[in-house]
Amino acid sequence: MTAPSQDFRLPDVGEGLVEAELVSWQVAVGDTVQVNDIVCEIETAKSVVELPSPYAGIVEALLVEVGTTVEVGTPIIRIGSGAHPSEFVPNAAAAPSAEAAAAAEAAGDSPGTLVGYGPREASTQRRARRTGSARPGQHAAPTGPVLAKPPVRLAAREAGVDLRDVTPTGHRGEVTREDLAAPAAAPAPAAPAAPAARSFDVPPVQYTGRVTREPIKGVRKMMGQAMSASAFTVPHVTIWTTVDVTATTRLVARLKLDPAYAGVRVSPLLVLSRAVTELLRTHPLLNAVWDEAAQEVVLRHYVNLGIAAATPRGLVVPNIKDADLMTPPDLGRAINRLTDVARDGRTQPAEQQGGTFTITNIGPFGMEGGTPIINPGESAILAFGTVQKRPWVVSADGEDRLAVRDVCTLSLSFDHRHVDGASGSAFLAAVAGSLVDPSGLFS
Amino acid sequence: MPDLDPAVDYVQLLTPEGERVEHPDYSFDGDDEAIRGLYRDMVLTRRLDVEATALQRHGELGLWAQLLGQEAAQIGAGRALRRQDFVFPTYREHGVAWCRGVDPLQLLGLFRGVDQGSWDPTEHNFHLYTIVIGSQMLHATGYAMGVQRDGAVGTGDPDRDTAVVAHFGDGASSQGDVNEAFVFAASYQAPVVFFCQNNQWAISEPTTRQSVIPIYRRADGFGFPGIRVDGNDVLATYAVMQTALQRARDGGGPTLVEAYTYRMGAHTTTDDPTRYRHSDEVEHWKLKDPIARVESYLRRGAGTDQSFFDQVAAEAEELGVHLREGCKALPEPVVTDLFDKVFTETPAELEAQRSEYADYLASFEEVGA
Repeated sequence: MTAPSQDFRLPDVGEGLVEAELVSWQVAVGDTVQVNDIVCEIETAKSVVELPSPYAGIVEALLVEVGTTVEVGTPIIRIGSGAHPSEFVPNAAAAPSAEAAAAAEAAGDSPGTLVGYGPREASTQRRARRTGSARPGQHAAPTGPVLAKPPVRLAAREAGVDLRDVTPTGHRGEVTREDLAAPAAAPAPAAPAAPAARSFDVPPVQYTGRVTREPIKGVRKMMGQAMSASAFTVPHVTIWTTVDVTATTRLVARLKLDPAYAGVRVSPLLVLSRAVTELLRTHPLLNAVWDEAAQEVVLRHYVNLGIAAATPRGLVVPNIKDADLMTPPDLGRAINRLTDVARDGRTQPAEQQGGTFTITNIGPFGMEGGTPIINPGESAILAFGTVQKRPWVVSADGEDRLAVRDVCTLSLSFDHRHVDGASGSAFLAAVAGSLVDPSGLFS
Repeated sequence: MPDLDPAVDYVQLLTPEGERVEHPDYSFDGDDEAIRGLYRDMVLTRRLDVEATALQRHGELGLWAQLLGQEAAQIGAGRALRRQDFVFPTYREHGVAWCRGVDPLQLLGLFRGVDQGSWDPTEHNFHLYTIVIGSQMLHATGYAMGVQRDGAVGTGDPDRDTAVVAHFGDGASSQGDVNEAFVFAASYQAPVVFFCQNNQWAISEPTTRQSVIPIYRRADGFGFPGIRVDGNDVLATYAVMQTALQRARDGGGPTLVEAYTYRMGAHTTTDDPTRYRHSDEVEHWKLKDPIARVESYLRRGAGTDQSFFDQVAAEAEELGVHLREGCKALPEPVVTDLFDKVFTETPAELEAQRSEYADYLASFEEVGA
């Protein structure tokens, strides 16, 4: 074959899909392929499919790395005569080229024509003739009606503006509300072409006026993946109980004066953490994990206690390794250190791995309860609500009376695949009991 | 798991091993040359299907509805037709389209999205593909009632008496339209054959959940005969359809034929059947392949030369090239066609809109090359 090299672009294999992940390559550079030989496997939102080659020839380059998600239309493999085999050439821009995007946008195709962009001799594309040279009084588009949405037409009529005198800057050549305000003689803004992309530019946040688009990355991306993975694979059940924690707040006040706790920020969170690490010994299912692949429930004889922390960049859940082996003052210091590091944004990935149970402290936000989502790899998460003074029925000497007490709500979400309502309730009741009477926890 | 071996109550004339067997009511009246013709049809239909599936994966088609495994049901039903008979297909009747002389490229045009179906239904007596599930059953019944009113039923003239075929699937059998069509056809004794390809799966829903009795037995309640045939047996399907069609042409009224077959592929290229069915079921049905059993008969029972098989294989290759190259060369749609294919006589208002739209299109310029 002496034909020039041809790139196979990622097709839309599923009616309107916009991207797919390359799962595996079935060919390597230098291999000879026939038409319809399978070259790779891709995974879309709908299925895993094998892609057959539209070309016969020698594989000159694989343009996408395994594990990469690329947009439909991105060249993924180059096949030719083999005259110019290249090493692995990951696609620099895992997206259609800026020119192609600009052309598609100008042609009003968004997101592009997804079918039939394959091997075509000469692709001709069409775009609206530039209207930028239109002068005042000269109608921008004399051949057709002026495009504008009804509210803009109304605004134009009320302002006495002839839409034909306005230079349209809208996405599809329509007059926008902003255009009405612009002086008719103002130079036309640049056509809505994509900004010239330079390879060293950071992908810009795209401003479109009414919305701001922020890329999903970093902590937010991790949070999104972890939470949706958990929420849509783990059957969550949430239960809650509201209890009188006056004894706990008194204990906190007392411990703050205890020399053994010098330098520790003693808080009800420490009491709760202590209660949880103690009680997980006798409620091992809450400290376990459902291993779907192995079809096993893994019981863990240690507690890596996660504390969900709000940071400027988003949610992180670092955990305290072997928290159940710590003395209460050490546990207090560990909680202080963990939250300080998280707030500074210095939490390391390892500190977020291997957790066995998580507490999320929603009290500082003034919240009473909630339905927290389980941290992946764990069985349960406990939300610690705000401690409030409330009227409470207190029973003493066979008499009920109203008293003002410190009260808070504990909400527990657990994985109902292996933790049933009885087990979850027993654990939560035990934790609640420890806050009602924490005397045994710190002895 | 559906009942995989209902051998007791379907008509079979050729076993999966390629042995011809007798049936008290039905027999195949063609010779070995005719069977070679059916084999060629099935091989070329399968090639058309495989090539179109690949073209979808190349990004050349928006969608393709695979018929893999249903070749015998379609070729048997398609070849039993007479010229004047009229067919109302679903979107999967590529084999029937083949029998009706529709260029497969015209099927690709629809799935590439460059037209809405470009063949002339009256030229091929093959209606355009119907995407809406089951609605073609009413169209077919209405057409058949029209045939009655034209006096083209029961005249005894073999070139005049006309039957209509309404294609549908097991999934459509749950649709209201399908059952309404049954009612009308029974009431008016319309000359229509309802041909159900029961491929066991309505996308991800098994037939066993669609119907607690075999689909062909539903005909009892409507008051016309129902019969089940081995849909992977092209000889049996041909024979059963031949009888049902002749009954319709003779004025005997409707018949429900259930071709018991299997969808070897996905529902469409958008579907992933590994998510809802077990591979051992697919493996089981591979043993009942509709083409392999005919090849087996032709080689052993009919002593057919290797050269015949080579020739058919070469034709299939040619068809593949025709489809690949032809697909990419299909003309882009002309948008103003929208105005031209709705009314026989275009109203003035629409003419004005057409002209205005043409001007608008002309206000664009070519860029790039």
